[in-house]
Amino acid sequence: MGVKLLLEHANVEGIRYYDTYRRVGGYRAAEKALKMSTADVVEEVKKSGLRGRGGAGFPTGMKWSFLAKPEGVPRHLVCNADESEPGTFKDRYLMEFLPHLLIEGLLISSYALGSNHTYIYIRGEYAWIVDILNQAIAEAKNNGWLGKNILGTGFDCEIYVHRGAGAYICGEETALIESLEGKRGNPRMKPPFPAIQGLWMRPTVVNNVETLAAVVPILNMGGDEYAKIGVGKSTGTKLLSACGNINKPGVYEIDMTIPVEEFIYSDEYCGGIPKGKRLKACIPGGSSVPIVPANLLFKTAKGETRYMNYESLSDGGFATGTMMGSGGFIVLDEDQCIVRNTMTLARFYNHESCGQCSPCREGTGWMYKILKNIEYGKGKMSDIDLLWGIQKTIDGTTICPLGDAAAWPVAAAIRHFRDEFEWHINNPDESQKHNFGLAHYADPRPVPAAV
Amino acid sequence: MNIQFSPEKLKEVNELISHYPEGKQKSALIPILHIAQGEFGGWLDAPVMDYIADMLKLLPIEVYEVATFYSMLNTKPVGTYVFEVCRTGPCMLNGSDDIIDYIKNKLGINEGETTPDGLFTLKPAECLGACGYAPMMQLGKHYKEHLTRDKVDAIIDECRKNAASKN
Ligand SMILES: Cc1cc2nc3c(=O)[nH]c(=O)nc-3n(C[C@H](O)[C@H](O)[C@H](O)COP(=O)(O)O)c2cc1C
Ligand code: SF4
Ligand code: FES
Repeated sequence: MGVKLLLEHANVEGIRYYDTYRRVGGYRAAEKALKMSTADVVEEVKKSGLRGRGGAGFPTGMKWSFLAKPEGVPRHLVCNADESEPGTFKDRYLMEFLPHLLIEGLLISSYALGSNHTYIYIRGEYAWIVDILNQAIAEAKNNGWLGKNILGTGFDCEIYVHRGAGAYICGEETALIESLEGKRGNPRMKPPFPAIQGLWMRPTVVNNVETLAAVVPILNMGGDEYAKIGVGKSTGTKLLSACGNINKPGVYEIDMTIPVEEFIYSDEYCGGIPKGKRLKACIPGGSSVPIVPANLLFKTAKGETRYMNYESLSDGGFATGTMMGSGGFIVLDEDQCIVRNTMTLARFYNHESCGQCSPCREGTGWMYKILKNIEYGKGKMSDIDLLWGIQKTIDGTTICPLGDAAAWPVAAAIRHFRDEFEWHINNPDESQKHNFGLAHYADPRPVPAAV
Repeated sequence: MNIQFSPEKLKEVNELISHYPEGKQKSALIPILHIAQGEFGGWLDAPVMDYIADMLKLLPIEVYEVATFYSMLNTKPVGTYVFEVCRTGPCMLNGSDDIIDYIKNKLGINEGETTPDGLFTLKPAECLGACGYAPMMQLGKHYKEHLTRDKVDAIIDECRKNAASKN
């Protein structure tokens, strides 16, 4: 069994409620933090090596230290609970089952940053979770953890839940801020960064749900101890939401030292692939990260074991590696069609583009159209190079990273599965009846004996 | 229709406005549009948006441009029950295409259409954060997960029953 820091008490009956959460040690970290200086709390987070869990992996302590503190200007902490990256559903799990862990993390972080009004921006579809969070906030307030002069420290804090209305782009932090101001979710040009001018042009820190929840174990055990878990710059534990063709989809907490192969096949985690099928490909960090075929998943190009952490997953760059991303772990078995999968993702990004920059607005639509043609037997061989050209034009030329996020899945699918695209184009009729199959994307595991 | 929040709803709305600093009441717009949509027939007609604009001291265009941006805000009428079935990658890998086809055939409508009796709308959705519990759909405030054809039948029956009991 791996270390459990976030989900340790996830299965305790009634953990959603204050009394139970408190009984198993909840709000101890807050108690401790509120007795420390704010600078010392930031220092613990820095020492922990915690990296943002929203996708980009930026060191949290460093981000916090960039926050501007002009005299007389309020500052804000905003919790990013927009969770919309396909494959990702870990923040939902934390909020649904362990709401007080998030509230405690928010309280500590608000104290460290000096935010008296902290907002949780939650995707609108998670409507029932809004009630769960509001209930937890009310309980925390009744017990003196929120409101005025918390624990006699003179620190005031209110946490408000703000419901979005369905737009992936509002997960991007500046779009989120625009949306929180009651506008369309159009990302802002950076600089200025939110740490200088964010919500209502005030200094703002935006952090992911899981990042803020991780502040609780960090304060409990101390930053140095937290940093001892994991390997290299991948410290602490990470939540992964596993889905696709696996026996046990769900949310798992891992310390970042387990091999990818173990994560897929161990009964403690995904439990292998249903019906004895073989593995074809995997998108290990949410739909934006490059898809990798089975033969590059368990071993790096150098032939070393690949592990579930930031460095190992990205080993080899985009040529042979991928990314940890948001932890949305998507598994494709031998029967799946790469073209169809890529097409649905292209449609997703096209649907979610805010439309501000033309390479993203036009490019995502164009890629979706071409992929749809190929998928439905109307593709031309020149389409593959055209797709490659379009994704290259988008990559790095847009206001926000959604453009890149739309380009990478298409690029990776062509890079590793070009022959499957060609087969679709050369066999328009046959490709409507069955899928290309595993072909030579060698599943490194032998065919299970039972099949 | 008389466009006016009930006293209870007005209390809810004012509570929301109080979450933001003086003069930043525009921030409450999206949460209030959710309430308005729930109160005034499941979608945002222009007079409804004008009412909200007036309440928050905004120009009507500031409300329109927001309402048209977000996929959960409807600017056209929808059925009583909106089936928002996710069709993105992870759900597709677990058979969402089949569920969507089944619903289309069963209700005799295409994506984006409403049944003639005004009961059901099929609205294709992109990843709703339930990828591990696929295939799935959103129905009102809740998710229906691990969908099968039988489950879809049961959901439709239940909606019909609920609708009949309201009439
Ligand atoms: C298109 C796009 C969508 C994003 N969606 C999310 C999201 O749903 N949740 C999230 O926490 N971060 C998301 N991010 C990353 C945020 O911009 C930001 O980096 C993050 O909230 C910072 O928190 P962290 O440092 O704790 O990870 C997204 C970024 C982009 C470009
Ligand atoms: S890259 Fe796409 S989503 Fe981002 S600002 Fe430009 S158009 Fe909008
Ligand atoms: S892909 Fe359907 S809920 Fe995520």
